[in-house]
Amino acid sequence: MLDFPTWRKVWLWLITGLCVFAALPSLLSATSVRWPDALPQPMVNLGLDLAGGSHILLEADASQVASQRLENMEENVRGLMRRAEPRIRIGDVSTRGGRLSFILDDPSQVDRARELMLPSINGNGLVREWDLTVEDGNRMILTPTAEGIDQAVSDAMESATEVVRKRIDELGTREPTIIRQGDTRIVVQVPGLQDPEQLKALLGQTAKLEFKLVDQNALPSDVQQGLAPPGSEIFPYAETSDFAGNSLAVRRLGGIRGDNLTGAQQSFDPQTNEPVVNIQFDTDGGRRFAKLTTDNVGKPFAIILDGQVLSAPNINEPIRGGSAQISGGFTVEAANALAISLRSGALPVDLAVIEERTVGPDLGADSIKRGMLAMAVGSALVIVLMIASYGRFGVYATVALVINVAMLLGIMAALNTTLTLPGIAGFVLTIGAAVDANVLINERIREERKRGRRVIAAVENGYKEASRAIYDANITNFIAGVLLFLFGSGPVRGFAVVLVIGLFTSVFTAVTLTRMWVAGWLRTAKPKDITL
Amino acid sequence: MKLLKLVPDDTNIKFLKWRVPFFVVSILLIAASWALVATKGLNYGVDFAGGLEVRATFTQSEEAPVTELRSQVEALGYGSPVVQRFGEDNQVSIRVRLSDEISADKEAAQEAANEIVRALQAEYSDFRLDGNDNVSGKVSGEFRQTALYALLAAMAAIALYIWIRFEWQFGVGALFALFHDVSLTLGMFALFQLEFSLQIIAAILAIIGYSLNDTIVVYDRIRENLKKFRKMPLPELLDLSVNETLARTVMTSLTLFVALLPLLLFGPASLFGMVAGITLGLFVGTYSSVYMAAPILVWLGVTSDSFVPTETVLDQQEKKARGLV
Repeated sequence: MLDFPTWRKVWLWLITGLCVFAALPSLLSATSVRWPDALPQPMVNLGLDLAGGSHILLEADASQVASQRLENMEENVRGLMRRAEPRIRIGDVSTRGGRLSFILDDPSQVDRARELMLPSINGNGLVREWDLTVEDGNRMILTPTAEGIDQAVSDAMESATEVVRKRIDELGTREPTIIRQGDTRIVVQVPGLQDPEQLKALLGQTAKLEFKLVDQNALPSDVQQGLAPPGSEIFPYAETSDFAGNSLAVRRLGGIRGDNLTGAQQSFDPQTNEPVVNIQFDTDGGRRFAKLTTDNVGKPFAIILDGQVLSAPNINEPIRGGSAQISGGFTVEAANALAISLRSGALPVDLAVIEERTVGPDLGADSIKRGMLAMAVGSALVIVLMIASYGRFGVYATVALVINVAMLLGIMAALNTTLTLPGIAGFVLTIGAAVDANVLINERIREERKRGRRVIAAVENGYKEASRAIYDANITNFIAGVLLFLFGSGPVRGFAVVLVIGLFTSVFTAVTLTRMWVAGWLRTAKPKDITL
Repeated sequence: MKLLKLVPDDTNIKFLKWRVPFFVVSILLIAASWALVATKGLNYGVDFAGGLEVRATFTQSEEAPVTELRSQVEALGYGSPVVQRFGEDNQVSIRVRLSDEISADKEAAQEAANEIVRALQAEYSDFRLDGNDNVSGKVSGEFRQTALYALLAAMAAIALYIWIRFEWQFGVGALFALFHDVSLTLGMFALFQLEFSLQIIAAILAIIGYSLNDTIVVYDRIRENLKKFRKMPLPELLDLSVNETLARTVMTSLTLFVALLPLLLFGPASLFGMVAGITLGLFVGTYSSVYMAAPILVWLGVTSDSFVPTETVLDQQEKKARGLV
């Protein structure tokens, strides 16, 4: 039991050394000592509750993706049938009940129509995206498949995450974390961000920009009642607009979407001096914008952002340069946020903030300072108590405890985990478990001595008998820790991670390392009696 | 050098003599705790209730104007807020539970938070915003659910492991001790209306872990003694086991307590609830291991045969072959 072959000692010291080494960058970061750049830099991340910053959980509306997809399909089908040679006439198009149905005027064209739609139905070939059925010989029904919708939601979330990342990068903040969580959520964590309003304003904007012609035939009284003439739709004015509270009818077709932008900057209108956003189209967008403005000189067109009309200026002359100006009663900040959003592209789906947590940096720093002080005082008291109770064995236990803390930090740093406030509870519990293991062993050795065993036998028995309880206790805690990780959410998980890693380091240091030291001492000093 | 001994050698306290009164008291305490939780309810923080919380420091003031704050925030029309001191006298947490309509509308919920902060910043020149949380009803519901599942799953798995490693009576005993600890902690949180948040769940988990350590140490000794002293009556054997491990129990509890005390006295305010919960659980957990987990074994009918391996057919053949029968 007390035999320690050299290879085993080397192994134990190597493991200890590696873990402690990994802890050094994290420990030194609070001091002025610089860690050499050439060495690896494992760091324990401090959670936002300790470091200060903003945590935002965004959720996308998956049903929106599905309805958007249905709309696109409708447009796609109309286009396909119109462009077919000869043209296929369709009618009674409906998207009710989450599926698209329409009637072919000529039932003999069913096979041709089916063939035309085949590429759209099969999508990218990996999953079948739509089911096509024919009723009554001429009614075609397209039903989205569950796999197709899942795929679409997943694609939308992927590009939404990318857009969010671009927008946050524009803020120039330090090391933001942007992770997809679950099927429809994105976690955004920005350390050190003091003003989450800016962030939320940026992420709350879908930035879907549209230019559509105003329907000048619509009667204002009808529009106010929400009645759109055929081929038109109604949008409300934005709150920032001079016409807030009113609505506007615009032509459904023939508009331009802001998908083809190459740039957007906040600037000022030279005449009115009000903040505006300048945008630049790519070649294709520029060409279409030039055509729209050339064909409609003198008529008003509406600039629509996220379903709200910003403004509806008259087209004074064709705009051919591929750039345009968006005005709409902005403040400088709003114009800047819009410019960033437009540059990063539109979100494919609306994102709602469903959880937001901000911790001021002052408070975080204060928490750490107080936490460190309290831990230092607590550790000192524990050390005094251990050494006063167990003498030399207490010293071993203390050294093991210090190594335990360093190893735990080191492993957390190497795995790049995050230390949060609940994680500190896990830390306290781990230290408790490590102390308890040594108390158990030492009390057992005392008992064995009292029963009259010789020194070596007493120590051997002490470690052996105490280990059973130590392993049972640690395995039960390990099971609990793993389950907490599997079933728990954020903070509970943070606790579980520290707990599980801590169980390993505390058993390693409190049982294995101290046994090696005690064995070494017994071998060299050969004491006849031990004070314990 | 004379070493410190907290528990004198050869202690022989008759713990089991008082098992019935202690049990009655504990059952009453458990019942009282659940009654408190049912009547007074837990003071859910925004993690579990949803809504928003604003934490602030009044940097130039000795004391935060709690009553004034309450009426000012109430005047904004989002319902009646909970305003609590938080750490220092000049630090407060203001919690508002938003109505379902507001909380469902992302913009309205954000506007509510902004409006409260703006109003207070305008009113007090030394108002420093330390942080704010805004949790929608949907997420808080999920938090409640996952926290509950995690706790139940962990407790069930623990009981199962102890049943396998020891005997079913021990599994039941450990589970009962854990139930006792969790109940009493919840009762305390209901009684003093301390804020109940996700951090407190972490504290309860720490309590479970600690109490379990204690219980297993006592159980391990009981198992050992059951094998050693096969003729000893169970109550006497349990007393012996608890007395033998008493030095360890006191020492471990004391070291953990001295480690927690500084955190409690001058640790960060944001940790106070959690540390208070763990400290409370330290006492409750130690008590339950000695007075609940061990005595319950008497009623559950543990016998000295529990850990004697039963003879198998193979064993009998082996004995025959060696001419032992």
